[in-house]
Amino acid sequence: MISVKNLSKSFGDLQVLKNIDLEIAKGEKVVIIGPSGSGKSTLLRCLNLLETPTSGQIFLEESEITGKKQNIDRIRRRMGMVFQNFNLFPHMTVTENITLAPVMTKKLTKPEAAARAEQLLKRVGLSDKADSYPAQLSGGQKQRIAIVRALAMDPEVMLFDEPTSALDPEMVGEVLEVMRELAENNMTMVVVTHEMAFAREAATRILFMDEGKILEDAPPEEFFENPKNPRVKEFLSKIL
Amino acid sequence: MADFFKNIADQFVFNFIEGDRWQIILDGLLVTLKVTLFAALIGIALGFLVGLIRANRERNGRSRNFRYFRLEWLCDIYVTVIRGTPVMVQLLIIYFVVFAAVDIDKSLAAIIAFGFNSGAYVSEIFRSGILSIDIGQTEAGRSLGLTSAQTMVKVILPQAVKNALPALGNEMITLLKETSVVGYIGLVDLTKSYSIIQSRTLSAFWPLIAIALIYLVMVMGLTKLLGILERRLRQSDKR
Repeated sequence: MISVKNLSKSFGDLQVLKNIDLEIAKGEKVVIIGPSGSGKSTLLRCLNLLETPTSGQIFLEESEITGKKQNIDRIRRRMGMVFQNFNLFPHMTVTENITLAPVMTKKLTKPEAAARAEQLLKRVGLSDKADSYPAQLSGGQKQRIAIVRALAMDPEVMLFDEPTSALDPEMVGEVLEVMRELAENNMTMVVVTHEMAFAREAATRILFMDEGKILEDAPPEEFFENPKNPRVKEFLSKIL
Repeated sequence: MADFFKNIADQFVFNFIEGDRWQIILDGLLVTLKVTLFAALIGIALGFLVGLIRANRERNGRSRNFRYFRLEWLCDIYVTVIRGTPVMVQLLIIYFVVFAAVDIDKSLAAIIAFGFNSGAYVSEIFRSGILSIDIGQTEAGRSLGLTSAQTMVKVILPQAVKNALPALGNEMITLLKETSVVGYIGLVDLTKSYSIIQSRTLSAFWPLIAIALIYLVMVMGLTKLLGILERRLRQSDKR
């Protein structure tokens, strides 16, 4: 579904991604872990072109995302993204946050979008917050709304950039619960996270990145029980 | 004591009522309001565009399109020149140099001069307002598939304008008071109206006090109005 070919990204002299090759199939839940500065967030952000790759190609199905003539806005409508800092629109109510993109991109009419928002809010248990502003919500609620906002576009794949890293510990669970439910419903997901328990249960595949390279690419059991790369063993021994 | 108040009342009648001299101040006030209002409209429109162009460059890098690049360059020159020279010199140049050959209406010349002057300051206000919005807001909008124009209009600008409003109000207050130099091109505004009364009464004391009070009341009114507007726009901040 997503295929990355020989992708490199540099910020000035610093090469953050080094010739990455990656294939992600439909329905896979890929968790990317690694130390900070390893390039995992940059890789994720390259997938929807929030960062422009220095070289290499990325494909979503048949469309080349990195193609010169590509309409990136159309591609992004097929990929949802959830950020560490939620990035809800503070001047809009929860419902307005959710309906903005579907309505603006003419994907849904206003009443359709409102109905869809209602249905999605119900799914994450936040129906009572429909008319609240983001400033009135807790971190966990904000992140669940952010997930719903991305889902309102009916994306084919969801990208999560450290979705629980900015949360108070007691709010992590409610966000992971929503993500787990998404995974069970067969959403294709790429998740950058430090939540090892989530990686172990929900992932179908774990990538370990360090210094701009993918050092290990294995199913969770193998990754945690029997990692091949010594750098991965060292990392796991520190955090587990 | 009674004499004191009697004296003030007499002075008031002599300076403002006799010969309908209040009419002179009122005419001047209307000129001041006209110049300020239209200059503010030009300034806000021009400043908005220039601020948008300059903020966009800072966020997204210099344009590679040559035509657009020249526009960015023009905006830089505009802001540098206007902010680098006194508004009075600009007013004199507009009236005595640029429109020297044509018989232009004095208040129109003043509107043009103050409109262009205010535009440069307003552009900086909008620029900093736009740049005060976290880059994550743009990323969120774009990641949802909104175009950069849609993201700007729906996500960034409503927040940027809200942040810019106090500074924008300040600029409008400054503009209102700065128009008081239009007397230098022979336009009789609120400030200059004192000299006509003085030429008849031989004293500038009372007209000047009255004029100062009128400015003060206008500025206080404007401040109040902006306060109401700000509170309205801050609705979403409530917890």
